[in-house]
Amino acid sequence: MAGKQVFFENVNEGGSMPEFVSEPLTETQFVMYAGASGDFNPLHTVHSFGEMVGYGGVIGHGMLSMAVVGRSLTDWLGNKALKKFGVSFRTVTKAKDVITVKGVVAKKYTEGGNNCIDIDIVAENQRGETVVTGNATAALPSKS
Amino acid sequence: MVDKSIIGREYPEFTFEVEKGKIREFARAIGDKNPLYYDEKAAKEAGFEGLVIPPSFPTVFAMAGGLMEVMLGDLKLDLAKILHGGQQYEYFKPIKPGDTVTGKVRIANAFEKSGKAGTMDFIVMETTYTNQNGEKVLVDTSTMIQRR
Repeated sequence: MAGKQVFFENVNEGGSMPEFVSEPLTETQFVMYAGASGDFNPLHTVHSFGEMVGYGGVIGHGMLSMAVVGRSLTDWLGNKALKKFGVSFRTVTKAKDVITVKGVVAKKYTEGGNNCIDIDIVAENQRGETVVTGNATAALPSKS
Repeated sequence: MVDKSIIGREYPEFTFEVEKGKIREFARAIGDKNPLYYDEKAAKEAGFEGLVIPPSFPTVFAMAGGLMEVMLGDLKLDLAKILHGGQQYEYFKPIKPGDTVTGKVRIANAFEKSGKAGTMDFIVMETTYTNQNGEKVLVDTSTMIQRR
């Protein structure tokens, strides 16, 4: 959940965002996410389909991985800051996976009157495999 | 071979009504307990007009739009070979419960790329969303990859 307000003055290029660790993903969660998002691709809910395609069972939605990364960003910066947010999907997730999100402030700048930071993000599973890479641009309030 | 002529192709507009219950259901599914997604009072006290949507919530608009099925058919893509390669959102204005968003999709790019896993086809779809006041609220850029 969102912590203290982060101000532009609080962040520096090269600085890290707080590390975020998810709860273990579950197959129930994949079903819940299918219903909530409307993505009923059977890869995420039907075991036999996941086996047929070669995953040995169901896999998590890529967009659920993105949601976990989104959570790490809103926990850190609140819900008014994000201007851009993107991810590339690298490795599929499975039940029991724990996702750790790390990020670095790549750039700090002022643009169009906004105090912006660009963040480079990597999310890994418990085996150290990259689940997604991502980037975000956020506008932060200034103390002055 | 990826068919370059699909670049620029547009699909019919679709609309989505943003509802509180859907926001809460989505927040529960992603395991996020942020009160701004559940509690209107908390959201208003924090300076929002109503419940807030999580950053990746706009996927709900796209799924409800049902365009995936239309495009799979139109572009002759095979669901079993399709991967979601990447997803980007650019946020212009807040989207809140009670809003009706209208999405318009165009194929922004189509190309092939060779790597360790062989040659794959990439299709980039760009969806621009406006709200009921005609304001641009969001651009969704989604990259689909088809394994051969």
